[in-house]
Amino acid sequence: MFGYYLDLAVRSLRRSKVLTALMVLAVALGIGACMTTLTVLHVLSGDPLPGRSGSLYFPQLDPRDTVGYVPGIEPPEQLTWIDGMNLLRAKRATHQALMTGGMVPLQPAQTNLDPFHANGRYTTADFFPMFGVPFHYGSGWSSAEDDSKARVVVISTALNDKLFGGQNSVGKTLRLQEADFRVIGVLGDWRPDPHFYDLNMGAYADYEEVYLPLSTSRDLHMEHDGSVDCWGDGGGEQAKLEQSTCTWMQFWVQLDTPASVADYRSFLQHYAEDQHASGRFARPPTMRLRNVPQWLEYKQVVPSDTRLQAWLAMGFLLVCLINTVGLMLAKFMRRAGELGVRRALGASRRALFGQLLLESGVVGFVGGVLGLLLALLGLWLVRQQPSDYAKLAHMDSAMLLTTFAIAVLATMLAGLLPAWRACHIAPALQLKA
Amino acid sequence: MQIKPILAALRHHKAGTLLIAAQIALTLAIVCNALFIIHARLVRLHQPSGIDEASLLVIGNQWAGKPGSDQMASLMAADLDTLRKVPGVANVYATNTFPLGNGGMALGVSHSPDKLKSVTTSGIYFADENALATLGLKLVEGRNFRPDEIGQLDRQGYVKPDVVIITRALAALMFPQRSAIGQPIYISAKPSIVIGIVDELRTPWVDTSFAKWADYSTLIPYRELTPIVQYIVRVQPGQLDEVMHRVRAALYAANRLRVISPKDGVRSFAQVREQAYRDDRGMAILMSGISVILLLITGAGIVGLTSFWVGQRRKQIGVRRALGATRHDILSYFLTENLLIAVGGVVLGGVLAIGLNLWLMKQFELDRLAPGYLLAGVVTLLLLGQGAVLAPALRASRVPPVEATRSI
Repeated sequence: MFGYYLDLAVRSLRRSKVLTALMVLAVALGIGACMTTLTVLHVLSGDPLPGRSGSLYFPQLDPRDTVGYVPGIEPPEQLTWIDGMNLLRAKRATHQALMTGGMVPLQPAQTNLDPFHANGRYTTADFFPMFGVPFHYGSGWSSAEDDSKARVVVISTALNDKLFGGQNSVGKTLRLQEADFRVIGVLGDWRPDPHFYDLNMGAYADYEEVYLPLSTSRDLHMEHDGSVDCWGDGGGEQAKLEQSTCTWMQFWVQLDTPASVADYRSFLQHYAEDQHASGRFARPPTMRLRNVPQWLEYKQVVPSDTRLQAWLAMGFLLVCLINTVGLMLAKFMRRAGELGVRRALGASRRALFGQLLLESGVVGFVGGVLGLLLALLGLWLVRQQPSDYAKLAHMDSAMLLTTFAIAVLATMLAGLLPAWRACHIAPALQLKA
Repeated sequence: MQIKPILAALRHHKAGTLLIAAQIALTLAIVCNALFIIHARLVRLHQPSGIDEASLLVIGNQWAGKPGSDQMASLMAADLDTLRKVPGVANVYATNTFPLGNGGMALGVSHSPDKLKSVTTSGIYFADENALATLGLKLVEGRNFRPDEIGQLDRQGYVKPDVVIITRALAALMFPQRSAIGQPIYISAKPSIVIGIVDELRTPWVDTSFAKWADYSTLIPYRELTPIVQYIVRVQPGQLDEVMHRVRAALYAANRLRVISPKDGVRSFAQVREQAYRDDRGMAILMSGISVILLLITGAGIVGLTSFWVGQRRKQIGVRRALGATRHDILSYFLTENLLIAVGGVVLGGVLAIGLNLWLMKQFELDRLAPGYLLAGVVTLLLLGQGAVLAPALRASRVPPVEATRSI
């Protein structure tokens, strides 16, 4: 029966080519636009660390002076060195890491490579176990290396390929900022998008190439890059950042159970109250504790233009579908005579309804295929854009299936009303004419 | 034209009528909000920066190796000398950033050394005695920097200028009652005397979140000794393209230990502007594309449905023609019918457009929709409807009266 209905549908669609083309084109354009923007949105609002991001928290405190204070104001988006160190040493979470970033001058041993600046992350030891960073060779460092300001470095796969030809480089020496560092680990494939733990360098920017202990970076006066927010007498001078009234550190903690989150929250509140009582925090004690999804939401990481485009495309699809409903209605009603004959010959309403729905499903399928091609073209266009997230715009299998499902379902939905109307035609009336 | 029979006829085509009206309403809501966004973006694209963009080049230079501060000062002086000798170069200076550069330094400006009481934030431009002439800035009051006032600032240094030049907008904000010339302002713990006021100079940022203080720029007499420096070059009229090639070659010939990106190391301000507003341009193009396609689809939908109605009513049309209706009567019947549906659509669409705008204002911090856009959208859609219905209506008007006697 299905084969027969399919044959009927194709015949009927071929009979009025212009109308069919118009319907298919409208569906394809709507689906194409919708899937392009939704894929970009999907990529940009993805979970950077699936399975882990829910238990990674970003504590915020407000150490600023009273200037510009209004009740309910959000605390700064980074920590001062003093608060970061205090929270780090308190060790109240499963894991905790204090970090910041900067560009590190790197002098390759090879004579054919010019010195260059490597994108660096200065962090404490827990960074690797907390974020579940995979290693190709070697491993991260421990808190002993943090304490001894050890000259050890973990490098990315890309840098390992560039400097050591992809060989196991653990134990080799790397010259950073005129000092010898021992390579102790090479990262595996690791690129959480967005770059959630430090959004200051661009949420979808390139990843770090070298990771080294925070204490070492301060010991060697390595350059700090990223946001520095100062108040009062804070000058933001590189050498004095530890003492200054500036926020410039990111601090992440891992809290596995709701109870530990509640504990940490009250710990943070008590810490803020203590600092306020001692006079270091001038403002009424406030704190925030957001996990990765909440943090990304708060920081509005997804560009608002991208969200606007997605909404626009959905509105566009809606108009295209209404258009298809109208055209489908015209098409089905025009065949009232044929449908009347089939009813008179014994076809049930249900059979007719199924046949008409199948016909709209065919339109949806063809429109979906065409829309998919348009979406691939659209994504290719997005990738030609210069923004740093552009290169991430690829369609994954989940989006591919969603595209088809949406296309076929939407057109069948659009076919419901016309099909229902068409199969309620009184056969006698049609036969008379 | 008799409206009553049309309304009566429409009652028999409720579904089709409602669909067309809904489509017109949604299209109107989307298109006039899109037009509004497009216009806002286009205005941004042409926002004047205050400088003479047409005859300016910017060179991004990065020193290779690791020169110390003293070396950098002499390297920079040598570069400025080299550039000045390039044929076609009218003037040049070195700075940290430039309008549309989307990066740089911002400091609070106050009336007292108390940093906590700043009046506004100001964009800071490093400048020397050639900056005003190079950028083509008009000094409306006071004087330019003198060569002996230009200081040098390395990475560890503080910005604490003795003298500054500010924009007219900043001067008016700081000293609404009197002339700012000779008055102290504080961007550091030390007073800086305002010695000059320029007409207009936008801060380097184009993002709307910086728009509040986009006119408040301050020029400070410093050369910044950092590994990355921007040279702004003023070119003699009509020689932009030639000079673009010459300056790169001249700089490399003078000293090879540098990196000037082959891709965007030397840019004209036309390119700088294009890059600064690329996202806005992209958004405007996308919105325009979607709007045009939406209108086309809606038009096609109207053609399709009206054609069907005409086909369905051939017999009735024949009867009317046989009873004495002229071709013109039939034509105007369909035009009026469409007009009625379209008016219903645009009334609903107007409400939707305003609702959509309110939602967009909340979600995306857009402005309130100006009524002109709604009006333009309404007129466009009414005309589109009439245009789309014309072909099927003309076909209807050509139905011969004899059709009344046929049975299909």
